[in-house]
Amino acid sequence: MQYLLLLYSQEAQWGKMTPAQQQEGAAAYQAFGEALTKAGVMKGSNRLRPISDATTVRVADGKSQVLDGPYVDSKEQLGGYYLIDVADLDAALSWAARCPGASHGTVEVRPIWSMA
Amino acid sequence: VSEVPLQEGGEQARSTADAVARRSYGKLVAFLAARTRDVAAAEDALSEAFAAALGRWPVDGCPANPEAWLLTVARRKAIDVARGKIRGEIVAGQLQVMAEGLDAASDAEIPDQRLALLFACAHPAIEAGIRAPLMLQVVLGLDAKTIASAFLTSPAAMGKRLVRAKDKIRQAGIPFRVPEREELAARLDTVLEAIYAAFTEGWTDPGGSDVVRRDLTEEALFLAHLAAELLPQEPEALGLLALMLHAEARRRARRQADGEYVPLAEQDPALWDSQMIAEAESLLRRAGAMGSIGRYQLEGALQSAHVDRCRTGRANWTAVVQLYDALFALVGSPVVALNRALAIAEVDGAAAALAAMPDISTDARLAEYQPYWAARAELLVKTGAQAEAHRAYEIAIGLERDPAVRRFLQRRQAALPFTREGF
Repeated sequence: MQYLLLLYSQEAQWGKMTPAQQQEGAAAYQAFGEALTKAGVMKGSNRLRPISDATTVRVADGKSQVLDGPYVDSKEQLGGYYLIDVADLDAALSWAARCPGASHGTVEVRPIWSMA
Repeated sequence: VSEVPLQEGGEQARSTADAVARRSYGKLVAFLAARTRDVAAAEDALSEAFAAALGRWPVDGCPANPEAWLLTVARRKAIDVARGKIRGEIVAGQLQVMAEGLDAASDAEIPDQRLALLFACAHPAIEAGIRAPLMLQVVLGLDAKTIASAFLTSPAAMGKRLVRAKDKIRQAGIPFRVPEREELAARLDTVLEAIYAAFTEGWTDPGGSDVVRRDLTEEALFLAHLAAELLPQEPEALGLLALMLHAEARRRARRQADGEYVPLAEQDPALWDSQMIAEAESLLRRAGAMGSIGRYQLEGALQSAHVDRCRTGRANWTAVVQLYDALFALVGSPVVALNRALAIAEVDGAAAALAAMPDISTDARLAEYQPYWAARAELLVKTGAQAEAHRAYEIAIGLERDPAVRRFLQRRQAALPFTREGF
């Protein structure tokens, strides 16, 4: 089954880290990505630009509304994702627990809606 | 299992079907759903199979292997449903999986995957409050109405939550698997917790006058037996069964013939089920020999100590306080602190016990917990604070749901010297 791991954390924390800490953090994510690839479960992954770069669009009554900012203004922000293909939820949860994002934020595990 | 109108000569078919349902329902659901993870479809197919059995068996006679018969019919129903429901290439895959199961089912021995089913029902990804109801439905075949009444909720709401939980198992890909050694202990906790929740819900009608609730304690005992039988090397599984057997053994003694409530200290040990107590004791010894103490073993040991004291008349309160100390260190629950305080009263007196009572300001739920106020009242009586005791009884009476316990508390309150003087 495919699962999307959604990484939520306080993105402002990143700016407060020293360059050495940032480098260490980035290396941890890179290692996690490599482990996923080695295990043959990685389907895709990206880091997202901060919410200050986000724009939301909604169409109501045929008119589109465009707003600056994210959909929800929450304490922790969506900062990236991994798409993985594993046997079951337990396997997905164990990968989520290894993700560095689970240590400094929260990882939401969502099964992909199968279109088959 | 649904009720089906009986045909002539259906009595035996019906009792065989009932017996199979009782013994094998969970086994059949587990086997049907293990690979598709579709519990609801398995239950639907199985209920149709039981209905078919009640139609066929009176005519054809009961099959030699009723379990295999039901499984074969249920599988055909499931395949029919799948054919009608899904299109495209996935059909081939699904049918392949089902057909494999059909071959396996033709063997007389159906593999027992109930343990895996229990672990799926009590998976941490399932909302904690629905795990016990889910087990009762999926493993034992209880209907939503029966479960709802035990858990004091509406059948419609319970039904919805059960459907949602089953959807989650299927859609989120919760596996039917007994966890690996290293994670077994943590995962087993949630299974045992759910079984115990089913049992204590059954106890909320302590009089046993409500048949549905009384049955629920029996069903919970069945699950505890199952867990202990399937995990004989897990001391906490044995401990939970021992704890439940101890509580169950004293059921009859908790009531007088006229239904009035009898507290433990005033019960007649001759009314206790000595066979159940012996089984509980033997389980505790087996668990103890495994050298890994836990919550349920400690609670079982406390039951055992109470039973021993009442039977022999030998006070063992110091040991009881020590067991409560250990239990409190492990679970830190205010209810444990409350019982610990009552044991302290027997060793160091009521004043010390009052000082050891859990603080109501740290846990708001205590303020609505009848035993907290009843215990407080008892202790206040012993310290001579009659007016305060009277007030504490008043609150306890107001919080109690069971009329027999309410009358018991009212009698205690009326016995206070202060009320006798006509205040």
